[in-house]
Amino acid sequence: MSAHDEMIGQATPPQGVLARFAAFRENKPHIFLLLLMMAVALLMMDPRTWVLLTISGLAMGAMVFLMASGMTLTFGLMNVLNLAHGAFISLGAFAGASVLVWLSSQASEPSLLINLAAILPALGFALVVAGLLGLVFERLVIKPVYGDHLKQILVTVGGSIIIMELIHVVWGPNEIPVPRPEALTGAFLLPESLPVIGGVALEKYRLIAVVLGLAIYGLMTWIIERTRVGILIRAGVESREMVEVQGYRIRLLFLGVFVAGSALAGMGGAMWAMYREIITAHMGDELMISVIVVIILGGLGSIKGCFYGAVLVGLINLYVGYLEPRLAAVATVGLMVGVLMWRPQGLIPVIKV
Amino acid sequence: MAESILSLSGVRADIDQYHILHGVDLEVPAGELTVLLGRNGAGKSTTLRTIMGLTTITGGKVRFRGEDITGQPTPRIARKGIAFVPEDMGIFSLLTVRENMVLAAVNGPLDPARLDWVFDLFPPLKKFWNRAAGNLSGGQKQMLAIARAIIEPRELLLVDEPTKGLAPAIINDLAGAFEQLKQQQVTVLLVEQNFNFSRRLGQSAAVMNDGGVVWSGQMTELADNDDLQHELLGLGLGEHQ
Repeated sequence: MSAHDEMIGQATPPQGVLARFAAFRENKPHIFLLLLMMAVALLMMDPRTWVLLTISGLAMGAMVFLMASGMTLTFGLMNVLNLAHGAFISLGAFAGASVLVWLSSQASEPSLLINLAAILPALGFALVVAGLLGLVFERLVIKPVYGDHLKQILVTVGGSIIIMELIHVVWGPNEIPVPRPEALTGAFLLPESLPVIGGVALEKYRLIAVVLGLAIYGLMTWIIERTRVGILIRAGVESREMVEVQGYRIRLLFLGVFVAGSALAGMGGAMWAMYREIITAHMGDELMISVIVVIILGGLGSIKGCFYGAVLVGLINLYVGYLEPRLAAVATVGLMVGVLMWRPQGLIPVIKV
Repeated sequence: MAESILSLSGVRADIDQYHILHGVDLEVPAGELTVLLGRNGAGKSTTLRTIMGLTTITGGKVRFRGEDITGQPTPRIARKGIAFVPEDMGIFSLLTVRENMVLAAVNGPLDPARLDWVFDLFPPLKKFWNRAAGNLSGGQKQMLAIARAIIEPRELLLVDEPTKGLAPAIINDLAGAFEQLKQQQVTVLLVEQNFNFSRRLGQSAAVMNDGGVVWSGQMTELADNDDLQHELLGLGLGEHQ
């Protein structure tokens, strides 16, 4: 085949099932991997278990997405590695739990509406406390170490230890049980009349986490894709210098993103607290492994990649945890290694120029 | 010569441990197109970057409309009405043409009348309005880069080698666009290696060598004097066509 023929071949849409499949795999790697994982899992277990695990995996993915989204933007936009991100997750969890305990009379009513009067203030408080700490942290800790990864790692790990010890000071060193609001306990039963999956019990809280995660993903996508601030963030991920040349103060933009990211991490932490019903100051550190895997897997700086990465991590955790519990911890990191061998830039890379 | 809008006196700048600018003195007359010429490595691009505050100034003064802007942060310099088109064009390749233009209009929404004028200058931008800017051709990217700089009225345009790597027909289109800007008396400081392009557009000129301005005057003076060109640029006109 001559070079000319090859050029024509590239211009026409791929022919044949195999070629179309290869094109789909290359163009939509996140969807391909998601479908592949779900299909393989379905082959290895009965459908009722699969539905249960898939919903739980999506719920975990939604919460991890909230925690990871801020960190991916922080890194993508300013090249700042904030290893204290986990401490914001812990702080959000404790802040949220405190409000839930304080409003426990509302939280223990069986009505969802009255429960919401406790849940929304709890999530809101977690959001505000983590956001405010983010503001102080950026000015005090991050600002002096722009452009130096080694120093960033050192000072943010140090900052992380300080925040966790402060949590010990305020809330004490022990694990704290978190009351899950009454209307969110228990499960929906799928009608028995449904074929194959009839009678599966879906935990209410997980369904709500999925809905909330999707709503926030939708909102963030809208902000990033449609608003001027979103355009600026995408432009800043590509070239900080040119954003400044246009007359925008990138430091201010970054501060805003850092505060928003910290606030979301706090809210994710509060949701995680209600999910696990027990919290420790070090819970954020444990979650950081998933968070770091998610942002690398998704492609640093990409919100969409972060979302799909989080869902993949959530699903593989649940699937493998069911099939072979001893491998669950290895699976998350294994997934990252596998994806990086296939696509070293992550699933949806943001190319820097 | 018109009153100068931008003046550099004794400007020094370093990149890492290298001294790149050793005291640049330059006057840019208002309402004219000034060409900054010189060999590779003479410090032309660094001069533009130093004016924008992108390269840290280590000595001397930069004055814009009489105000000292030495050492001010880049965004503040840009907001004073100075637009900069870097050598690599600096377009956001993952953003659409529209999004690139929206960001360039810092003072508010795009003005439709001005946008139509830009589309008249650079028709491909209208055609590819909602496409990713990274998919444009080299010439179209340069059009977008210049369009961004003029989408709002600016006091001064700094343009670094717009003809670099472009086909002659496209260079001709660009020259047409610059001629329109000249008619509107937009002040431009243009770094250029292409002497024919410079001669066609330039009103005043300055020549740099080894981190300083070694000659400045009217473009016609330089264009008509082969010996001077040979001395300053190392090239006779005959070799440079």
